[in-house]
Amino acid sequence: MREKILQVEQLTKHFDMGRGKMLKAVNEVSFDVHKGETFGLVGESGCGKSTIGRTILGLYQKTSGNVIFDGMNVHELSEKERFAFVRRMQMIFQDPYASLNPRSTVKEIISEPMEIHGLYKDSKERLERVYELLEEVGLNRDHVNRYPHEFSGGQRQRIGIARALALDPEFIIADEPISALDVSVQAQVVNLLKRLQKEKDLTFLFIAHDLAMVRQFCDRIGVMYLGHLVELTDSDSLYEDPLHPYTKALLSAIPIPDPDVEEKRERIILKGELPSPINPPSGCVFRTRCPMAMEICSKVKPAWQEAKQNHYVACHLYNKELTEADKKEAAPVS
Amino acid sequence: MDRILEVNDLHVHFSTYGGTVQAVRGVSFHLNRGETLAIVGESGCGKSVTSNAIMGLIPSPSGKIVNGSILFKGEDLTKFPEKKMRTIRGVDISMIFQDPMTALNPTLTIGTQLMEGLIQHKKVSAKEAEKRAIEMMELVGIPNPKERLKHYPHQFSGGMRQRIVIAIALICEPELLIADEPTTALDVTIQAQILELFGEIQEKTGVSIILITHDLGVVAKIADRIAVMYAGKIIETGTKRDIFYRPQHPYTKGLLHSVPRLDERGELEPIDGTPPDLFSPPIGCPFTARCPLAMEVCNKVYPATSSLSETHQVNCWLQDERAKQLLAAAASK
Repeated sequence: MREKILQVEQLTKHFDMGRGKMLKAVNEVSFDVHKGETFGLVGESGCGKSTIGRTILGLYQKTSGNVIFDGMNVHELSEKERFAFVRRMQMIFQDPYASLNPRSTVKEIISEPMEIHGLYKDSKERLERVYELLEEVGLNRDHVNRYPHEFSGGQRQRIGIARALALDPEFIIADEPISALDVSVQAQVVNLLKRLQKEKDLTFLFIAHDLAMVRQFCDRIGVMYLGHLVELTDSDSLYEDPLHPYTKALLSAIPIPDPDVEEKRERIILKGELPSPINPPSGCVFRTRCPMAMEICSKVKPAWQEAKQNHYVACHLYNKELTEADKKEAAPVS
Repeated sequence: MDRILEVNDLHVHFSTYGGTVQAVRGVSFHLNRGETLAIVGESGCGKSVTSNAIMGLIPSPSGKIVNGSILFKGEDLTKFPEKKMRTIRGVDISMIFQDPMTALNPTLTIGTQLMEGLIQHKKVSAKEAEKRAIEMMELVGIPNPKERLKHYPHQFSGGMRQRIVIAIALICEPELLIADEPTTALDVTIQAQILELFGEIQEKTGVSIILITHDLGVVAKIADRIAVMYAGKIIETGTKRDIFYRPQHPYTKGLLHSVPRLDERGELEPIDGTPPDLFSPPIGCPFTARCPLAMEVCNKVYPATSSLSETHQVNCWLQDERAKQLLAAAASK
């Protein structure tokens, strides 16, 4: 087993919406990320995946639980410790149009983090490093004096990646880094991230909704639904043998670019819509849309258990303590 | 087969501060009655401009159809005055947009927006319109339609709003429906619901559909024929199986290879580089700079259309006899 670099323990993040309303974005989520791996966090919009990413980095204060990075509790660092911590953990954002300052040149954007952290002797050495970084991400040194608007979406995302790499981090949180890009460019950026990971021994937390891309890129994957982690396993097991009814429906909903395969596939079409995270269903949060819902699902929150080796799921269907009588189907939920 | 739409040599230009953008540069295709044609391509390839041109929605005076014809049931839409186009839009041809949040008016109830077109174009009574509106809402799968008519767009979720947009588009029983990235803004489980709905609607109403998209998975599911666009031109057309199993153009092949598949794991092969600038598009084949098989001629002359079969056409110099001889010679070495 490889060394755990990040431990997320029972992490909960609620946002106060005023008037006594709480938006329960993330609820008691636990997972570990091993050094050098790519851990994928997937789910549909509003499932809390981005909130987890931001809470891990400390951009949001947690409500409860712990985030342990290399032995340090991220939310209890002193200002000085935090400064050292962010050098080791960086983030790549979704929108390459919004995450780069339009008034700064590429040189300023990439060298700013180095300047703040006092790396390198002078601006000349920093510029050398900027050149190096640009070449690493597939841009060239002539680009240093240009502004973000002069680049295409894919090139901008490369600039964002170069900035994240400027401090030589060990851990990168990539929040939907390719969803704003065209398909042919997505593959370019994913291959770039893969190459950089190999060269620099980086660990990635890859947050995405595109399950097909996540499968190509991630070693292990956690599936989220309405603020809860519902399933976690390695990427091949997840696709070949999904356990949770939500994972099954999610996988079957994704069209495959192959007409013959597409014609033969059977789809699980989920009924209804995502419930509100302000007022989530009791028991299992997925039960209102679950084709397999049982009586117990509305009463008891399913435990997080290892249903198969290294394959974790939160679902009563895999609860060995339940009798057959308990598993009898519930009346259809209206 | 009965052709409901025929676009011939369409050119659309936009004047900007930076010069003239040649967004669509000689696009020709046709649509048979009752079929679904998918126009695929990456952002900026001209697929949305093409569909807006059919709808008569090219913003004037900055945008202009400089050449070509759009024959809808034999009549050229580009010659129609604006007043006549208004009756075509909504009655004969309707459009579904990408973002259901912005396509609906937030200050009007769903009922008003559904019935508006019907009362305007079909001259039916308010009572009759309401009856039709309720039927449409049932068709697109909105529960409690009678109650929901009185609600405003913000009271619906994204998937429900897209259903409403579809209901509005279909209420006057158009013969042609243009759907511009109809599921891009939706989550996959909701996308699956909407794609299912498209199939049902086509079966029930027989409407012909032009689907504009970049998602090849969606295309594999619902299209009959496919047109691949690149830099303002259609570079390959064919049936769904022609394009997925016998692609000829290097761009089509590249596009298919760069898409990850859920059921397989393997290296992705991206297409290097970026599409050309349409301020001054290349004279030859626009894909030359990114093409792994580019020849000298590709830069200089745009390739003619070659037909591989009744349904399958491609514009590529590799189809030329001389290129085939060269490739065969290179292969035998």
